[in-house]
Amino acid sequence: MGNLLFLIFTFLTLGGAALVVVNKNAVNAAMFLLVSLVGVAGLFVLLDAALLAFVLLLVYAGAVVALFLFIIMLLDTRPAALKAFTRPTIVAAALGGLLLAAGVVMLHRHAELPAAAPAATPSLRDYAAMLFTTYLLPVQVVGFLLLAAMLGVIVLSKKFAPPEDAP
Amino acid sequence: MTIGLDHYLLLSAVLFALGFLGVLLRKNTLVIYMCLELMLIASTVALVAFSHFNGTFDGNVFVFFILTIAAAEVAVGLAIIVALFRQRHTVQVEELNQLKH
Repeated sequence: MGNLLFLIFTFLTLGGAALVVVNKNAVNAAMFLLVSLVGVAGLFVLLDAALLAFVLLLVYAGAVVALFLFIIMLLDTRPAALKAFTRPTIVAAALGGLLLAAGVVMLHRHAELPAAAPAATPSLRDYAAMLFTTYLLPVQVVGFLLLAAMLGVIVLSKKFAPPEDAP
Repeated sequence: MTIGLDHYLLLSAVLFALGFLGVLLRKNTLVIYMCLELMLIASTVALVAFSHFNGTFDGNVFVFFILTIAAAEVAVGLAIIVALFRQRHTVQVEELNQLKH
């Protein structure tokens, strides 16, 4: 049962991601990103992280993809052809793909990976305890980062007056 | 066959590669941004899988931070794209070559 679910969610995730890449229409690409995210959320549930799956759907599907769709429809994005590959790009992409495949194969052959999951599922209390003890400083820093991002967005979206000597 | 850590890591690697392929292949800045998001998601899958198979929660807590950073990044990036569109009236990367000349 777990295997079947893993295969289904893997198919959703990778199929959605592939369609994001090849789809010519930006709106459709955003929709397939949503499919891919649902697959990833399912994988999180399989990995005993139901809270993370919930947060992922809430933040990504609720906020990020909605923002993407909003901006796509705000701007005039016509469907465009894919970029033609030049020779250096092909060589670099092939080399990078080969290195990635080699890394995965080496990992599969030589690394001693932990086989079974020993721990119980983390509860909400565990997350809270970690966030407010071990990771208290990162939480504060991320809060400041969000503040800085908010101010940055306000400054970026302000309309500045053109300089006097502009044509 | 039981699903182990290496399957999740393979999935994460393929997802990351797909995202990177999208960044190389696409011309629309918005879609390039979506592919960046895919790469971030791939890293979170690897973190959660490691955390699950090692019996610790640290990876799961890291995913919280990654989600926060991704949300902030999307907000700032889309604001930059809108500001760019206001200036140049395009979001296609091959037409945004002002720095080249």
